[in-house]
Amino acid sequence: MASVTYEHVTKRFGDVIAVNDLNIHIPDKEFLVFVGPSGCGKTTSLRLLAGLEEVTEGNIYIGDRLVNDVPPKDRDIAMVFQSYALYPHMTVYDNMAFGLRLRKVPKQEIDRRVKEAAQILGIENLLDRKPKQLSGGQRQRVAVGRAIVREPNVFLMDEPLSNLDAKLRVQARAELSKLHQRLETTFIYVTHDQMEAMTMGTRIAVLKDGILQQLDTPQVLYDAPINVFVAGFIGSPSMNFFDARLIERDGKVALDCRDFIVDVPENRANTYRPHLGKEVIFGIRPEDVHDPDYAPPGIKQALVEAKVDVTELMGNEVIVYLVTEHTQFLGRFDPRTGARVGNTMYAAMNMDRMHIFDKQTEMAIR
Amino acid sequence: MKHKRASRGILASFTLRGAVALICLIWTIPTIGLLISSFRELNHIMTSGWWTVFRTPLDFSQYTLENYRRVISAHGLGNAFLNSVTATVPSTLIPITVAAFAAYALAWMRFPGRDMLFTLIVWLIVIPLQMTLIPLLRIYVALKLSGTFPGIWLAHTGFGIPLAVYLLYSFISQIPRELIEAATVDGASHFQIFTQVVLRLSTPAIASFAVFQFLWVWNDLLVSLVFLGTSQDVATMTVVLTELVGTRGQDWHLLTSGAFVSMAVPLLVFFSLQRYFVRGILAGSVKG
Repeated sequence: MASVTYEHVTKRFGDVIAVNDLNIHIPDKEFLVFVGPSGCGKTTSLRLLAGLEEVTEGNIYIGDRLVNDVPPKDRDIAMVFQSYALYPHMTVYDNMAFGLRLRKVPKQEIDRRVKEAAQILGIENLLDRKPKQLSGGQRQRVAVGRAIVREPNVFLMDEPLSNLDAKLRVQARAELSKLHQRLETTFIYVTHDQMEAMTMGTRIAVLKDGILQQLDTPQVLYDAPINVFVAGFIGSPSMNFFDARLIERDGKVALDCRDFIVDVPENRANTYRPHLGKEVIFGIRPEDVHDPDYAPPGIKQALVEAKVDVTELMGNEVIVYLVTEHTQFLGRFDPRTGARVGNTMYAAMNMDRMHIFDKQTEMAIR
Repeated sequence: MKHKRASRGILASFTLRGAVALICLIWTIPTIGLLISSFRELNHIMTSGWWTVFRTPLDFSQYTLENYRRVISAHGLGNAFLNSVTATVPSTLIPITVAAFAAYALAWMRFPGRDMLFTLIVWLIVIPLQMTLIPLLRIYVALKLSGTFPGIWLAHTGFGIPLAVYLLYSFISQIPRELIEAATVDGASHFQIFTQVVLRLSTPAIASFAVFQFLWVWNDLLVSLVFLGTSQDVATMTVVLTELVGTRGQDWHLLTSGAFVSMAVPLLVFFSLQRYFVRGILAGSVKG
């Protein structure tokens, strides 16, 4: 059991800055997810913690111990790799026992731990097999098992589910969450998939270009993204953005989006009044764009006229691609909607759930 | 249309197989001739071609083992065989061992001057060994290594290492990085990673190089002539065989059987290790 602290950590590869002044404190037993597009520095951050890369500047602590110069084997961590990295010439049992044997753990203890881990993961019947005789999902479990038997202070996982097919991935996701609850250990997990991050993480660290954008719980990231990048990255389909200008209309604060003007709700008007005249980005998630006929009652809706370009029926909803003269946006409509391709109709935006970002800095205006 | 294409495919594969069979036949005819001659008596060899045995292939009176008996006992080929084994086995094992360690270090350990060292070793491949014979021999004489087995082991080790390092490096450096890292996180030292993971996975590459090196040392005449010499107690098969030609150019029957005695071991080595060439031992290590 241990916390992990990144303190002003920077990693450079030649001229490339992979991780730029990263500061995170991860308390004991947390499930922290590093998420971001490829090349954002999330895997490098994990590898720095594992000791597979050396930090250029800054300090990394596991518990209270500064581990900058501690070799990986003495950091009391276990890692699950994206490719699983199972030893191909060893059986499943030997793969799991390898690290313990190197540490001279007594034989009975090794046997106990391997069997216990195998039982947790449901791979008891595979212990005599070689990795090439296993399916992708089984290999993934063995890789997790190899980490479990070590009973480490911190689990590191580098996209462990990205090689599984979609259905298996959903299942493995739930299993990993359960495992986290059961082991009560710190998990640090890297993924490019925001859905995995949202479903598994206690907290999520969103990275871009080596810089930490926002670190918070999934709900806060979703409801109050700090900038345009986080707003667009979290949530699927991603948020609609419109170039807009804050104006005053009939004494109310409103957003002029060229093709349409929408009013800012009264209770938030005071926040934006000082920014009148400013170029901003207006953001609204597709689930907050409704068919007016089926919009939830009681929302402060703003009606926008648009043409239906494409509709995608998902069963429980219809994803409607709407176009105006200058922009296009998505709405998640009730399946009973009358939206038909080519028709012009009104879409109702739930303005209580709108986001406004500064156009220059791309930061949320709050 | 489909039918036409299929029949053309059959024709093509037929032609291909025919061509391969023909090449194999042409390639092996001299060897078959040599083999048959080695079982014939001297006056038969001198008076008729080896193919004449096919007139009555089952007439066993035309074959004899006398050539083999004489060449092994009377002409010292038996002793030379042992000398060849003594010279070859360490000359194969030492360079492989050294090269495997070196290849791992060059591929997976970080130390200053690594790339330069590797370039230097690769450069050594292009230096013809003939250039080194005289200076080396002078050193050997001074160190009293000339004419001894450790001397030839050292020589072959030196000549073999550059290529061995290069071949093993290209294989070992292709082992997935994550596998090495997994072992590192599991707590293995470089030495443990090498012995318990890398060495096991490199068996195909090591076996291939072992075959090359073994054949090269076993069939080598130049190096053993220069560093071991022709004295009975150290002369290898190749040296004794050339003596046979030199002193008795007329003794075809002995030469043919001698050649086959010397071929037996390389064939054995090749066939026992060839399965490693085919086997992809890395299958199943990564991805799904």
